[in-house]
Order: sequence, then C-alpha cells, then structure tokens
Amino acid sequence: MSATLTTPTTETTRRSNQRASAVPPPTKRKRNGRERHTYIYVGVAVVIVYCLAPVYWMAASSLRRTSDIFSLSPLPIPASFESFLAIFDPSQGFLRSLLNSFIIASSVTVLALVVAVTAGYALARLQFRGKPLFMIAVVATSMFPTVALIVPMLKIFSAVGWINTYQALILPSLSFALPLAIWNLTTFFRQMPNDLEQAAMVDGCTRGQAFRRVILPLATPGIFTTAIITFVSAWNEFLIPLTMTNRPDVQPATIVISRFSGVSQFDTPFGSQMAAAMIVTLPLILMVLLFQRRIVSGLAAGALK
Amino acid sequence: MTAVVHGKTRSAGTPARPPVRQSWHNEGRLALTLLAPGVLVMVVVIVLPILETIRQSLFGAPGLDPATGFVNETEPFVALANYTDIFSSTGERFWRALGNTSFFAVATVVPETIIGVGMALIMNQALRARALVRVAILIPWAIPTALSGVLWGWIFSANGVANAFLPTQVLWTSDGFAAQLAVIMADTWKTAPFLALLVLAGLQTIPVEVYEAARVDGAGPWRRFIGVTLPLVRPALVVAILFRMLDALRMFDLPYVLIGPRKSSVETISMLAQDEAAALRYGSAAAYAIILFLYIFLIAFVFVRMFGADVLGARDRVGPTRAERRAAKANARFIAAASAASPKETLR
Amino acid sequence: MLKRGLSAVATLGVAALILTGCAASAPAASGGDSGAPAFTDRGPITLAIGKISGGNAAQTAVDAWNKDHADEQVTLVELSAKSDAQRQQLFQNAQTKSDAYTVMALDGTLIAQFAANRWIEQLPKDDLGLDDRLPATVKTVTYRDNVYGVPLSTDAAMLYYRTDLLKAAGITEAPKTFAELSAACTAVKALPEGAGISCYAGQFDKYEGLTCNVSEIINTAGGSLLDDKGRPTVDTPEARKGLTQLVSMFKDGEIPAEAITYNEEAGRQAFLAGKLLFHRQWAYQYVSASASDGSSQVAGKFAVAPLPGFSADKGGASVLGGKNLVISAFGKNKATALDFAKFFGSAENQEVFLAGAGVAPTVAALYDDPKMLEKYPYLPTLKQSILTAVPRPAVANYDDVTAAIQDSAYAALSGTEGVDAALKTMQGKLEGLLK
Repeated sequence: MSATLTTPTTETTRRSNQRASAVPPPTKRKRNGRERHTYIYVGVAVVIVYCLAPVYWMAASSLRRTSDIFSLSPLPIPASFESFLAIFDPSQGFLRSLLNSFIIASSVTVLALVVAVTAGYALARLQFRGKPLFMIAVVATSMFPTVALIVPMLKIFSAVGWINTYQALILPSLSFALPLAIWNLTTFFRQMPNDLEQAAMVDGCTRGQAFRRVILPLATPGIFTTAIITFVSAWNEFLIPLTMTNRPDVQPATIVISRFSGVSQFDTPFGSQMAAAMIVTLPLILMVLLFQRRIVSGLAAGALK
Repeated sequence: MTAVVHGKTRSAGTPARPPVRQSWHNEGRLALTLLAPGVLVMVVVIVLPILETIRQSLFGAPGLDPATGFVNETEPFVALANYTDIFSSTGERFWRALGNTSFFAVATVVPETIIGVGMALIMNQALRARALVRVAILIPWAIPTALSGVLWGWIFSANGVANAFLPTQVLWTSDGFAAQLAVIMADTWKTAPFLALLVLAGLQTIPVEVYEAARVDGAGPWRRFIGVTLPLVRPALVVAILFRMLDALRMFDLPYVLIGPRKSSVETISMLAQDEAAALRYGSAAAYAIILFLYIFLIAFVFVRMFGADVLGARDRVGPTRAERRAAKANARFIAAASAASPKETLR
Repeated sequence: MLKRGLSAVATLGVAALILTGCAASAPAASGGDSGAPAFTDRGPITLAIGKISGGNAAQTAVDAWNKDHADEQVTLVELSAKSDAQRQQLFQNAQTKSDAYTVMALDGTLIAQFAANRWIEQLPKDDLGLDDRLPATVKTVTYRDNVYGVPLSTDAAMLYYRTDLLKAAGITEAPKTFAELSAACTAVKALPEGAGISCYAGQFDKYEGLTCNVSEIINTAGGSLLDDKGRPTVDTPEARKGLTQLVSMFKDGEIPAEAITYNEEAGRQAFLAGKLLFHRQWAYQYVSASASDGSSQVAGKFAVAPLPGFSADKGGASVLGGKNLVISAFGKNKATALDFAKFFGSAENQEVFLAGAGVAPTVAALYDDPKMLEKYPYLPTLKQSILTAVPRPAVANYDDVTAAIQDSAYAALSGTEGVDAALKTMQGKLEGLLK
C-alpha cells in the first residue's frame, strides 16, 4: 500500500484555470527518489497479474482447437482461430447482435446521463424538502432482487406490446443504472465548491449557464465514470433481453452467446464462449481507452476549452 | 416513492409560505422538474413491479386438481402465509441463506474495498503506459458475468488450472468452504475494478494543495493517506461501497453459475427466490424478495446513517450529524484549500 | 407542476390497472379438459427450439417445409442452449400467454408440468402416426393417458468401458453386474497399465444428472421412485440397496472423490483422458471418444454395453432423455402447427438429424438401418437401453420432486448423511409433494 501513497510527489501537477478566477502559472514538481518508483511498479505489476491472469486463460482457451479444449498447457499450441470463425458464422447473427448491444447500451448511457445529471444537480444544489427521503427512495430501487422484478416487468411490457422492442430493453437497464448514476453525480456536484458557480452567476451567467460552463466541465471525471459504468452494465445485461425478446433482430450479444452450443446438449462450447467473451469485451476496452483521459484529467481538459 | 412524490407535490403546491421559505419554494419547483424524468422511469419500471410483487406475495401457488390432473386456474389468497412459511417450514434453509447472503456481503465487499482503493491509487499515478494499466484493471469487470462465471467454473473445475497450481486436489465446486472461497475469489476479482473506478473519480476532486498543506505539516505518506486522501475521497467511497453492498446482498449469478443451485454453503436469498420462481411458486418467491428487500434496506439505512449523512444531502437542512462533525475537519481543510486554490487543481 | 405530478400518478394508476388485469387469470384460451381440441386455423407459425446438436439441421428442415407451404410459413425461434435459460424463456412465454411460440421442443421432464398447467395442447393420438416409435418414448409425451407431443429425439445411458484394459486383464466381456464391474476393476488395477485408473463414474454433481443416476440405480436394484399409483417408494430395501451401492463405491474410492463435481462434460473429459475404466454416460460421448484427432486418449480402446445390474439376469435400467414437439395453447394457427409438428418429427427428418448430428431417433427402424449402424456402432446397445428404460416421474411439480431427490442423494453421496436417513428424508419430502 505504501507504494501507492506517493501520489502527490510523483505526480506532475498541472494547474489549470477556471473562467471564474485567476490564472496561476503551471508548476512542475520533481519526482522524488527512484526507490518509491520501484515500489509503485512492483505494485502495478502485482495488480496487473492479478487482473489479467484469468483473462489470459480466457484468451488461451479461445485460441485452442476444440479438440484440445481440455488441455492445461500454458500456451495454446497449436493455435487455431476456429472458435472465432465459429462465432462469426453468419447463421449465428453475432455481428448484428453486437450492433444491437451497441444501440441499447449507448441509448441507456445517454439517457441515464441526461436524467442523472439533471437530477444530480437538483439534489446537490437546490434546497427542497424531502431530499434525504428522495435519495433513499432512489437507492431503494436497487435493493430489490432482479429475479423478482422480471415477471411483473414482463407482464407490463407485454400488456403494452413492447416485446421485441428496443425500449423494452433500454428502459429496464436505464432504471437499473439510474440509482448509482444519480447518487454518484450528486456526490460529485456537491463536492464542487459553491463559490465557483456563484461567481459565474455574479458575472451574469444564468443558473443553467453557470452549471453548464462551470460545474459540468469540473465534473467530467464523475460523468465519464458514470457513463462507463452505465454502458458496461447495459452492455452485459442478460436477464432482461432473455425475457423481453425472442427475435434475433433485436437481441443483444449476451443472448446470442447463450445460444452457442457444442456438439451435444451437454457440452458447453467453451472455446466459442471464451472467443465471444474476448470479442464482446473489446468494445468496452476501446471505450475505456478512449475515455480514460477524461476519467482522470477531465477537470483540466474541460477547463482549458 | 409515493411518499416522496406526495411530499414534493405539496412543497410545490403550497404558496403560502413565509418569505424565508420562498427560495425553497421556487427551488422546490425547479427540483421537481429536474427530478421528474428519473422518477417516472423508475416508477414504471421498478416501483410498479415491486407493487405487483407485494400483491403476488399474498397469493399461493394454484393447487393440482387430483381428479383431472390439471392445475387450478386461480391462485388462492393466502394472506401472509408465504411469509410465515418462510420462517417455519423452510426456516432452516432460509436462515442458512440469510447467513450466506450476509457472509458473502462482508467477505466480498471488504477485500474489494481494499483492493479497489489500491487499484484506484495506482490508476491515479502518472505512469508510463497508464492507459494500458487502467484498461488492464478494468477488464475483469467488463467481461459479462455469465461468461466470467463460465471462465471461473473452468478454472475451478476438479481438473482445472487452479488445482494445477495446488499440491492437492480441491473440489471447489462441491458444497463447502472451498465453494464459498471460490465465489469470494471470483467476485472480488470481478468487482474490485468497479469500486476502483468510482474511487478514482473521487480522487480527482482532491486539489493538490491539500496534499501540499499536509506535506508542509510534515505528514508522511501513510498519514497523508489516512488524514487527507481517505476523508476527502470518503463521499465517493461511501457511494461505491453502498452500491457494491446492494449488489453483493442480492448476489445470484456467480454462485449459481459457478457452484450450482441448492448448495447450502453458497445459497443466497436471491437464489432461494429464483428457485421458488422456477418451481412456479411466484407468491413464495415474491415473499423471499420482499424479505430480502427489507433486510437490505435496513443494512443500507444503518450504513448511510453511519457514514453517509452528508452524501444523503441531510446537511442542507439540519445540523451536522455525528458523522459529519467527524468529517468536518477534513471538509474544512478541503474547502479552505479549494477556495484558496481556485481554480482547482488536477492531478495528472 | 402539480399537473405533472398528477399525470405521473395517473400513469401509475393506469399501469396498476394493466397489472391487475394481467394478474386476474383469464379463462384459458382453450380448454384441455374436453379431450383433444379442434385444430382448425392455418397460417404462419413459429418453432421454438434450442440448437439441435450444432449446425443448422433445424433450419434446413424448416426451409424444406416452407418451400411447400407458401401460406403456412414457419419461423425458427432459436432458444438458449443453456437448459436453465431455455426453461425460463418457455415458462415466461406461457406465463404471459404469449403466442410467440407455436410449436416448441420440450424436455420430457417438462411435459407433465406444461400439460398440467394447460400450457400445451393435448394431441390427437391416433392422428400422430406414433406406431413406428419406440414405446418408451411415447410414454415420455404422455400425461395421465393423454398424448401431448411428438417424440422428436430420445437418449439413454450406456456403460462405456475400456476394452484394451479389460483384455489385458483377461476379461473378454463387459460386466453385467456391479460385482463383476468391481472384480474387473480390481484385476485391471493390478496391471501396470491400469495403475491409478478410477473404476467408475457417472454424474453426481447436484443437478438433474444426479436425479438420473440415482433413479437408475434405484430402478436397477428393483426399487422405484414412485409406485403405479404415483406414491413415493424410496424408503424401501431395494432403494437402499441401490443408493448404498453408489455410496460404498465412493467410500472405497472405486468412484473417484472428484466425481461429486461431475456433470456430463467433466466425466467425458476424464474418460477421454483415460482416467476412467467404466463410465455411465449418454450416447453423445461415443463419437467424441472415437475421435482420432488427438483429443481422445481412448479412441479405438473402448466399447459400450448396457448399464450393469445387480444380478446377471436383470441388467440396469436407464432413464430417458430427449426432446418432444408440443403445441402451445396460446399459439395461433394450430392446424398448421399440428401438421408441422408431425412433419418435423417424422422418420425422414429424424434420419437426417441422426445422420448429421447423431441425435438419437425415436423411430425404432432407424436403429436397425445398416447405413446408420456403420456410422454409429452403438445404436443396438442404445436401443436395448431405451427398451428397458424407466422414465423419470411424469408429475406436474417435477421441479420439486427432482430437488428433493437431489438434496438427499447428494447428502448421502458426499457422506454428510447416512443412506437410511437420506432415503427417509427423501421419502418424507416426496410424500409431502405428491399427496
């Protein structure tokens, strides 16, 4: 742990300015000591091995031939792409399902952000009665076991004719994502110093403008974190689409993967499933790569715009 | 939820308030507008099903007509029998599951918090290739549970990789402590990154001046972590732990996929509810769900009261709670530093 | 703002109405009580089925039908390959009385449950042309003397054994009894090439496979789960004899300890790796164990026999697997559905499924087809297993029955409960469930 406590000393600190205030010059801090650095890298190595060892096994298994799938050799030799070829066989409809997953997960993410940002702002900045009660009510919706919600939800959606529609997949994921999104963003907004916003309002901004120009950019890490969490949960949702759809043209990837079968009803098509796990995780990795700067440095980037 | 809607409607629709309250009144209206979309979605998709579940829990499974061999068409109203049955006829199984549920919540969330905070601190470092480090840390969480369950099932099978590293053959997926351990390991691996991501975002709101001040005071790394980082990241951490706990207390897929249904050492209440629903006893399943809901609510309530009153927004109206007073010192430091430093700083 | 609040409340009210509307159970779309219903309407329908052993066999058969039936097109709805997920899809479809699935492929154990709930139609038995089917498979689609499905495929367990090792130990025939099996195992273990091999395994993890293995051993020992009148009979000397056999084999190490985690695949892995001398397994293992691509260590070194019994004159009794085509009570165009079910489950299609994917047919003649025998040498043994098979109980609450069997059997096999106590508990639970 001590290796990781050196954040401020090893960080290159960068100052950035806000519209509402003065501009201090950027400063640079020197790194102290090679030794601490070594500790950090050891820590990083341990964490990465911990996280990736099972993933390596997944990758290795996805590259084995079906006939060596039980093998315990560390390297998948001879390597084969047969599992990947199998999942991309046109009859599986895997590509289409990835597109569906993308449509569903991005809709959920955009909607969740819009709803949670407005709600979060209200909860963090506005004075009204019953606020703690509201916060508790929001989080309480995350306390019900999903297995018990499914059947009533199915009854509602089939009554309004929403079976096999995107909205029947988007709305549940949205409502599962909202409590965390609202709580997280509320916490974030609340941590933003009130003075900044008030200074902007003194400068002639309306409340809405002050929020957009001052608070939102400052809260980028929180917003992108929320976006990533929402996207990943929606992308990985299984129970809802299993229940709400039966036509392949709206089904997301998780469902299509569950249809992969082996030679018989008994065998798990392990190679295909691991190959699918690789493919289905790839867009999420790309997204994290794309947005990771915002998670961490959003504050500065937003302010410099 | 209805109480909230009601309360809000009242605060919006009562114009005769003293002037002091006037701004509250206006803000109340704005707040209602801003909160309405979220409330609407959650009412339709979650609250209605919960109400239906409550109704369902009062009905029993339709019986079988011995003469025709057909199941009756109406579900008998049984009042609270589904609830009383849980504690009497299947009591042993229920208490066992409640114990497992609680045990798993503690045994997964505690290591996840420790590992997750460590990961967040690492992700926050200015390292070479940090983008890759961050991605590497987040991958376990990004893999769909159904598939990571299969992966871990493979790893923990009798002739799997886990046993290849061990001197003796451990039967991870049979019933017993090894099964619990397997669930805990797989769950920690999968969800520590989720916690790390939320904590990392929280770390971003800490201005570097705060650390400077602490350093000037002569605080070492550990003191800075305990005295500065932890209190300031606390709101984000509380939210992260709270939501992890809610998930852990509803744990279902991992033990189900990895170990299997009806194994007493890993059966959770959610699994019991699922088991009942699968056997078409929806009333009994609903009763389990509601009991679990109440249990989680109780735990979450206590947790928030202990650690998260400020997160809840209570401080906007009432005086500081005990927890807030405890945090006040750190907050004062933060606000002082933040306003002194404004514009805020970021760590790169 | 008040208006907005009100409209939210109104929405809530409307939705609540919808909810209660659903909850109040409407009269069933078509009664099953008055004998077989009329199958009248024609038009497009759907077939809901999990994948038939890989490949596109189902789609090919559907395409063939569609070519000749322009106005009665069939759409294939592929269900999840995981049996839990598949069950959930079928249950929820029935719960909402959805017409999304017209013809469905159902596991034999689900027939009674679906029939009792009136989720599927009783079929006109004489019109189905089931005379060419193996009688035991017709039994699996029967609930209370009425037929509810067209038997599409079946399955039964066989004893896989290592011919090379038995030969080396001077044994020429597969064991007919468990005593012979143990003796053969002792002889093989004495050989240098037999060192470290495990005698026997089946499926003993806590899931449906355990119910199969336990029912089989109880039936084989002369006992039964239920008597003719459907009353549980597991607290009997015969049942004790059967379960004790498995428990003592676990204790003696004849069944390896790790077999308590075995499902079909884990056992197949062990057998293919050459770790098992005898293995109770379904027919699907034959092809993969014969594979010569290096994945099987036992290719050419094994054979199949009927399950062992307790005396030389009475062999083991397998349970039955397989899928059956049923017609949803909530589907439209049931006349088309009935014709299509007959077509899809016909001898011609079963031959295609057998030839292409090794799906065990329900049509008796296919077991004697020389072309098929050449491809699947195990067919005569499989047929014998099917002919002597005892199906699992056809009861409406099969889920609870199988859970009760698994709970007690697992406790006995893992040694946490004695055989007598376990069977007593099982009997008690079953009596509660089947009164």
